[in-house]
Amino acid sequence: MASRKPIDPHLALGKSIICVIRLAVRFLRAAFPRKVPVILSYLFRRLVILLISIVIAAAVLFLLLRLLPGDPANALVSVGADPEQIEAARRQVGSDLPLSEQFFRFVSSLARFDLGASFVSHTPVLPEIGKRLAITLPLTLMAFVLAIAIALPLGIIAAVKSNRWYGSLISVVSQLGIAVPVFWIGILLVTVFAVNLRLFPSGGFPPRGWQRPEAAFDSLVLPVITIAIVMSASLIRYVRSATQDVLGSDYLRTARALGASFTEALVRHGIRNASVPVISILGIELASTLLGAVVVERVFSLPGLGSMLLLGIEQRDYPNVQGVLFVSTLLVLLVGFFADLAQRLIDPRLRDRSGGAAR
Amino acid sequence: MSDTATITASPQGKKRRSWTFTIGAAIVGLHLLIGLMTLIWTPFDPAAMSGGRLEGASLTHLAGTDRLGRDLFSLIMIGSRIALTVGCGAIVIGGLIGITIGLLAAFASRTLDDILAAGLDILIAFPTLLLAMLIVAASDGASLETAIVAIGVANSAIVARLTRILTKRVLSMDYITAARISGTSWIGVVWIHILPNIWPTLLVNLALQFGLAVIAEASLSYLGLGAPPPNASWGRLLQEAQATVYSAPLGAIAPGIALVSLVIGINLLADGLRDLADPTRRSRR
Repeated sequence: MASRKPIDPHLALGKSIICVIRLAVRFLRAAFPRKVPVILSYLFRRLVILLISIVIAAAVLFLLLRLLPGDPANALVSVGADPEQIEAARRQVGSDLPLSEQFFRFVSSLARFDLGASFVSHTPVLPEIGKRLAITLPLTLMAFVLAIAIALPLGIIAAVKSNRWYGSLISVVSQLGIAVPVFWIGILLVTVFAVNLRLFPSGGFPPRGWQRPEAAFDSLVLPVITIAIVMSASLIRYVRSATQDVLGSDYLRTARALGASFTEALVRHGIRNASVPVISILGIELASTLLGAVVVERVFSLPGLGSMLLLGIEQRDYPNVQGVLFVSTLLVLLVGFFADLAQRLIDPRLRDRSGGAAR
Repeated sequence: MSDTATITASPQGKKRRSWTFTIGAAIVGLHLLIGLMTLIWTPFDPAAMSGGRLEGASLTHLAGTDRLGRDLFSLIMIGSRIALTVGCGAIVIGGLIGITIGLLAAFASRTLDDILAAGLDILIAFPTLLLAMLIVAASDGASLETAIVAIGVANSAIVARLTRILTKRVLSMDYITAARISGTSWIGVVWIHILPNIWPTLLVNLALQFGLAVIAEASLSYLGLGAPPPNASWGRLLQEAQATVYSAPLGAIAPGIALVSLVIGINLLADGLRDLADPTRRSRR
């Protein structure tokens, strides 16, 4: 179409990496003819992309936080500090160094799994994140599983029985569900189940954490339900439209013509086909819930990753903000990696195409 | 959009009016009217203590009063204006940035396109709220403007991805090649062929983004990162009411109903727009 453009110097590195991957894949194919399944070469390619994206994400995060107006050292000094104090604070934080030096320090400490220490509380960031992940991860995963358990059957019913009243009811309710902000559902649940019925605590997390599993679990019930409601409302719509596409497909009609019952055709041919687009949505939903837990954690005053981020932003505590964002980016990229892999496992047609940015 | 669907569409399909569009337009219109009205008149001065603290609903205070004795109904009315302002601003910003980047990516060389696409995918994996939080944190202090810019920028990634996909689909058509051969410039192609072809889908998506922007604004102000106090955002009203939910549950319910009604109105409007833009969709259901 268009004439070839000269190679951008910034892309040279990426291109050469891709070339090396291609050569490696070709070599593997030549060395083990027909023995390396396509899925393995895909896995290899996707792993390299994952690593590259982690590096890029770290660089972007670093630049984003350094380009913000306001010096990180501001968190250390009081309002009326004189220039000497500010200079001392800058030296302590390291923001007086040139940007390249700061970046080098950042990367080398990342490689040692050291995310620094908080400016405010002076506790190391990484153990703090680990402690908070012990709340956010179970919260997100339980909500995710619950949302799938709600959305899959309801979405399929909404598509298959779209001409019945309950089919349309599901569609309408899920339509309403995406219009409701997650924190309002949380507040309503607190009003009903914590304030009026007194079934569950209205917020907080037991100070001893998971050492008392029942108390910890109790305090997560309402947050999990809150997230699951919002998540399943949007999931139902995707499951429904994916199922609808399958219902209108020729292969389902063929299966029916060959004598399979409707349920049999749907289970054997429909679900596998419908799950491919749904999985990528699931990946995005899981990632956004991991990060979006900040609002729900605020509603239920849970000391999770989100509240650490919020506090860090309020206190301008750069190491904390940077650490939380880096760890959550890592999780998001990992989720995307597994979602892509799962899609390729289910649909062999996708395997030949390269994943993401490689081609 | 597929060819077979166009053939099988019934001719009556076009005549039918979309009831979702009508209802959605009515709800959004009501909010718009209320929002405009608050510029001139509210039942009570929203900043003044017009009643006792945490009063329940009465004929004078339709939604009761908050913990400072201010009339909640007046505050909720002003919330309509804030929500619509942020929504409109975010859509304009998101639309302008998103459509520009999307078009650029669709026209760019393959490598640049791949990189832009991967970058957009990463951006989209991040929730709007988090990006908005970062941008608000970056600017000194939260304000109405930072909320608008933040939500707009966060939304632009989704608009950009959609624009890119739609544009690529149009670009692969034979009539684009024909237009290029007959001497139309790329800018002409964008103006004559691409924009008219992609705007119906884009418009529907922008309408949905509007609803998401309203929710994002409420969430930001719920977290204390939205418009500061003189602006009565629904999110902040809900956050304030949460502390007094024991004694005055109405304060935690009424702003939420206003918020949900606006978002539902917008979503119905978007649904109706989709039906109007693509009449075949209705008969296919």
